[in-house]
Amino acid sequence: MRGGLLAEFADAEALLAAIPRLMEHGYAAVDAFTPRPVEGLDEALRLRRPRLNWFVFLVGLAMALLGLGVQWFCNAWSYPLHVGGRPAFALPAFVPIMFESAVLFGSFAAFFGLFYLIGLPRLHHPLFDVEGFERASHDRYFLAVDARDPHFDRGATGRLLADTAPLRVVPFGRLP
Amino acid sequence: MKSAAASEPVLIGQPSDAELGDQLLAPVWTRLPRGFYIIMAIAGLLSLLLLALVTWTIWTGIGLWGNDIPVAWAFAIINFVWWIGIGHAGTFISAILLLLEQRWRTSINRFAEAMTLFAVVQAGMFPVLHLGRPWFLYWLFPYPAVMKVWPNFKSALPWDAAAVTTYATVSLLFWYLGLVPDLAALRDRAPGRVRRIVYGVFALGWRGSARHFQRYRIAYGLLAGLATPLVISVHSIVSADFAITQLPGWHSTIFPPYFVAGAIFSGFAMVLTLMIPVRKLYGVGNVVTMRHVENVCKMTLATGWVVIYSYACEFYLAWYGGETSEMYTMFHGWTTGPNAWVFWLSIACNMLVPQLFWSKRVRNNQWLVWVMSLAINVGMWSERFSIIVLSLQRDYLPSSWHGYRPTMVDWGILAGTIGLFTFLFMVFLRFVPFIPVQDMKELAAELRGSRASGTADDRKESA
Repeated sequence: MRGGLLAEFADAEALLAAIPRLMEHGYAAVDAFTPRPVEGLDEALRLRRPRLNWFVFLVGLAMALLGLGVQWFCNAWSYPLHVGGRPAFALPAFVPIMFESAVLFGSFAAFFGLFYLIGLPRLHHPLFDVEGFERASHDRYFLAVDARDPHFDRGATGRLLADTAPLRVVPFGRLP
Repeated sequence: MKSAAASEPVLIGQPSDAELGDQLLAPVWTRLPRGFYIIMAIAGLLSLLLLALVTWTIWTGIGLWGNDIPVAWAFAIINFVWWIGIGHAGTFISAILLLLEQRWRTSINRFAEAMTLFAVVQAGMFPVLHLGRPWFLYWLFPYPAVMKVWPNFKSALPWDAAAVTTYATVSLLFWYLGLVPDLAALRDRAPGRVRRIVYGVFALGWRGSARHFQRYRIAYGLLAGLATPLVISVHSIVSADFAITQLPGWHSTIFPPYFVAGAIFSGFAMVLTLMIPVRKLYGVGNVVTMRHVENVCKMTLATGWVVIYSYACEFYLAWYGGETSEMYTMFHGWTTGPNAWVFWLSIACNMLVPQLFWSKRVRNNQWLVWVMSLAINVGMWSERFSIIVLSLQRDYLPSSWHGYRPTMVDWGILAGTIGLFTFLFMVFLRFVPFIPVQDMKELAAELRGSRASGTADDRKESA
């Protein structure tokens, strides 16, 4: 979102009431900025669920197998230790480290996967130039329409946003 | 529960987003509460003591400690198990209670997680120092060495290394992820340019986008799902250090669940120890209410009973197994041998003291609860002392029997870790909001919503 129009609302209810109006007109590049997760916002914006869980599961599984492989290589292949007649490849004894590898790298996958998906860290964003946008983390609710949306037209979109009874509508970033 | 209807709600009043934001962010930049500097000074001095004693230990060797044959484990491992156990309640609150959708966890979640993090820091120090030559720590990890030898993964020591490093890392990621939206709030509200820049960098550019929040909550849930089995596994692996040996008093299959229950029990006691002064010091009684104190008391009581059951099991199995050495260690060594008073202290603190939590009047008397939580902390430390020292004092070979005595260095290091833990916790209280702000806003909105739709929210809350 490099530029567009931003509408400010006093509470979550007003924000949620405004979104269907935009959706009816076919806008898709719409995003909301809120100080807390708002119930019903994902559905209103028709956000699709990313497949992060599958990614985490596969990374965890792969790393568990790698953990097993490392232990097998060290203790059964490269340098077998024979202590008390115990088998060199002792699967039950290798389970704890397999499990820990799965959890450790699964967590890395969840954490870094998230930041990859949402495109952070990013120190600056055109929205931060908008006077008063810092209240998005405090008590105000914002709705933004991206200028790259095919339906975007500065005049028409601005009037549509103004119709939803916001506190104000302001442009941000680069506009066509 | 019927009596809970009279309890305080999880959030007093109906604060707006702005009120919650102002109240919960304020501790980061307003004047420090009275008493803060005094506690900080004592904790700082103890941390310096720790630094001095650890340096001396590394310089001279662990002969400075009271460890000897047959009691080779003693304070280092007692403190390790005690501290890492304390951490477990933090993960329990932040992960398991999140998945169970317990609303009361919200306000105590962050500082319980911080408690975990700082407790793991203390715990991690001990096995490393106990190696004797801590500079060879990296031998625990499989790296291509010139000697072409690898760690023996059939030993519990590499399991411990994997479990503790994983636990510390995942706890840190989980804690930091929860903190990101609040760091953005700090970036936007903090007075002064320097603070805004510093918090801005740590906030990673968070702007509260709905798309980000959706993915954020999925990732947070995934981390909770990963941390849940992790918290069970860590203390199970710690218990395996004991259970896979042949020593009477250690060689028992009850150990993993017994250790996990004990860990969560001691952790909840530590949550009470920290929570009661913090809510007084910072005047956050409207957010961390007596309901929270009561619920943590109830959790302590419940896990306390699992611990009592485990004690009973341990003694029963020793008797039922009929093995002479095992029976001798448990029924004579523990109860009447050298240092047996520590065993009786742990019985008094862990079995008798928590029973007072049955009474609602006790649960609502926060200073009494605080003193009791200290007693439970002492009791759980004594329990680990009993398991380790009292069992090692009496192994199979009577000719090697010997009593154990800690040295002043042992006591100093224990006191030092308590100091460092407190110090880190105070630093945490100062620099980040210790109650999750965005989560509290969400909770307040949820409570407003259920009030508006006319559901009997309080009844649901107390279930």
